[in-house]
Amino acid sequence: MITEMNNMERVFGRPESLRPVSTHYCPGCGHGIVNRLVAEVIDELGIREQTIGVAPVGCAVFLYNYLNVDMFEAAHGRAPAIATGCKRVHPNMTVFTYQGDGDLAAIGTAETIHAAARGENITTIFINNATYGMTGGQMAPTSLVGQKTTTSPTGRKIERAGYPIKMAELLATLDGPAYISRVSVSSAKYVVRAKQAIRKAFETQIKGLGYSLVEVLSPCPTDWHMTPAAAIEWLEENMLPHYPLGEFKVPQEAR
Amino acid sequence: MDKRFMTGNEAIAEAALQAGCRYYFGYPITPQNEIPEYMSRRLPEVGGTFLQAESEIAAIYMVYGASGSGARVMTSSSSPGISLKQEGISYIAAGELPCVIANIMRGGPGLGGIQPSQADYFQAVKGGGHGDYHLLVLAPSTVQEAVSLTMESFDLADKYRNPVMLLGDGFIGQMMEPVVFEKRPAVSLPAKDWACTGAKGRASNLVKTLNLDPAELEKHNIKLYEKYQKMRKDEVRLENYLTDDAEVVIAAYGSVARIAKTAIQALRQKGIKVGMIRPISLFPFPYQAFADIAKRVKKILVVEMSMGQMIEDVKLGVCGAAQVSFYGRVGGMVPSYEEIVAEIEKLVKVAP
Amino acid sequence: MERKSICTNVIMAGFGGQGLMFIGKLLAYCAMKRGLNVTWIPSYGPEMRGGTANCTVVISDQPIGSPVITSPDALIIMNNPSLEAFEPRIKTDGLLFINNNLVTCQIKRKDLQVISVPANDAAVEAGEKKAANMVILGTYVARTGILTKEDVAAGFKEFFGAKTEYLASNMQALEKGMSYA
Repeated sequence: MITEMNNMERVFGRPESLRPVSTHYCPGCGHGIVNRLVAEVIDELGIREQTIGVAPVGCAVFLYNYLNVDMFEAAHGRAPAIATGCKRVHPNMTVFTYQGDGDLAAIGTAETIHAAARGENITTIFINNATYGMTGGQMAPTSLVGQKTTTSPTGRKIERAGYPIKMAELLATLDGPAYISRVSVSSAKYVVRAKQAIRKAFETQIKGLGYSLVEVLSPCPTDWHMTPAAAIEWLEENMLPHYPLGEFKVPQEAR
Repeated sequence: MDKRFMTGNEAIAEAALQAGCRYYFGYPITPQNEIPEYMSRRLPEVGGTFLQAESEIAAIYMVYGASGSGARVMTSSSSPGISLKQEGISYIAAGELPCVIANIMRGGPGLGGIQPSQADYFQAVKGGGHGDYHLLVLAPSTVQEAVSLTMESFDLADKYRNPVMLLGDGFIGQMMEPVVFEKRPAVSLPAKDWACTGAKGRASNLVKTLNLDPAELEKHNIKLYEKYQKMRKDEVRLENYLTDDAEVVIAAYGSVARIAKTAIQALRQKGIKVGMIRPISLFPFPYQAFADIAKRVKKILVVEMSMGQMIEDVKLGVCGAAQVSFYGRVGGMVPSYEEIVAEIEKLVKVAP
Repeated sequence: MERKSICTNVIMAGFGGQGLMFIGKLLAYCAMKRGLNVTWIPSYGPEMRGGTANCTVVISDQPIGSPVITSPDALIIMNNPSLEAFEPRIKTDGLLFINNNLVTCQIKRKDLQVISVPANDAAVEAGEKKAANMVILGTYVARTGILTKEDVAAGFKEFFGAKTEYLASNMQALEKGMSYA
């Protein structure tokens, strides 16, 4: 039996870039999947020792407890500025930020847009779960019209709170970004595509082509007050129509 | 050595370069624009990076990122811009990241004006942002001193892993004076083995400020406090000007102190023995110097370009042992030496 | 040559664009090259150009205390608003240099040494109509004896890296100005 095992090919295991600890994420949360995808991509590209990450304020603040790379913890919204400072000092390192929707599309909109406009050669993984997860489910800039949150208890009203922001589309209008795409982690099929996009984003940076961002639609069962299965369903039924998946900008050479 | 004739702003920028600063992130604001302008020209010549950020907030976090990556880095701004930077300065202090921040003060509050002021004493010396922290704060009174203090600031920042604020008023930034750039002797500084440089051949590094465990956060605060205590013990800098025989002492810093020197010379010609204590480090503040002088001198006049900020620290030093009076001009108005002379003459006439 | 103690200051005021900041810096730089301590401070109005502009230069063989001067030893005045603003402040027996091509207001004080210079006309004669500032600087340095023409020429070249053609016409303007001292 043991001999047989030794002859078997190892096809699945914990990435080296992912620490052997359990995460604090809620059951059914998309963060755990995306954390792992980032770790797998870092391993596959063989860049663990040349990678510096920037963790956000939000549910993913403890990203540095899970990823085994050098990391910064950012103030709310400021990850792109920190990544800029870091990348300018270490142009040969792969520098990425990992940010939520409140972080990237509300308090840090200026930092996001200007890092993108500069074509800052960094990568951003943007988790869009249409809510403020860590603070308990308040309305996010990406909350859908009609979506109930703790600060839009009767549903997001356009006349009071305006429209949700489509960040991938918005950033794709700029000349600076090289790669912009939106993916989802709501099904196995989408997870595979999400990983491909994350890998492409990192490769874009390694080739020195400029700013790259992957927006990841991700379920938040706790703050959506749903079971994990229902949250997946809600995401696909409500978020996918408003936030279409796909690549909005690809590097010249990859076109 | 060759004398150069420069504005304080340009001199601060050149001094930073000569101290090994290779990264500058900033946002334009009067009256300090000569610093980013000079840096944008000179840094590329020496293989450095100048980046004009989208805001003061972004600029200070670029500093956070560059400092956390192990580089010598600076930013500069003026009062309203420093207010914007305060969030990041708190994070930088909490994360124990070395950097230099030049604040060329202008009149406030709000948008205020663009003329010289010293109304940022509180925000520089008493923390400024949230939480228990201090910056090392150094206040030059000549362009030459701005050069030496800028150079020293980078070493102090690295030594203490703490942000250093170079606090100048608009005159220090805009005034032109002859300066000499003397090479500082190399000092031995701790290795930056905590910086994010890629986790090659070592455990990964983390630059962070969050401590959800109250016991851990308390421990961190105490660690920072001990650092500030060491600064209080080792880094007090001041100038005693003609205090030995003085019957009245002026307390002033920055350009006001040099205006006061002219006043003191005029007063001494009139036979009034006046001296001055000029704090050079505003944090740590030279409390002991004021405690000592108050044993002998019973009248102290604090002169500031503010409505009275440093006077609070002077009073803490004096601790009731002498009468502490105040004269200030604000909003970009500058006290003249004649006004200071008149204030002192008023003071000496009144019996203590 | 033995020099007696030097400690003097001057405020130069006029419209933005008349080159007063420039001659202030030039004066300070040349004095520095002669081994003196100097300070130069600008004091702009709200507009950097178009409004009034002034600067203060202090020159001393001692360390300079206040760079801010309420009552200057000398004034260089290039327009009417500046005369109005600064005439009351100059010291008794102070040197008041005025560009009489532009300053038309009456000088009220009688306790001053007024040196009236047709700086614009002289600049045109010198072949550089923009060099009225150099004319009046020439009058100032000659009257105070603080710098020679050679000092100014050297400073002009070194500090401002001036092209030779500018240098020649500006030095002619300076010389013209010196003749009014």
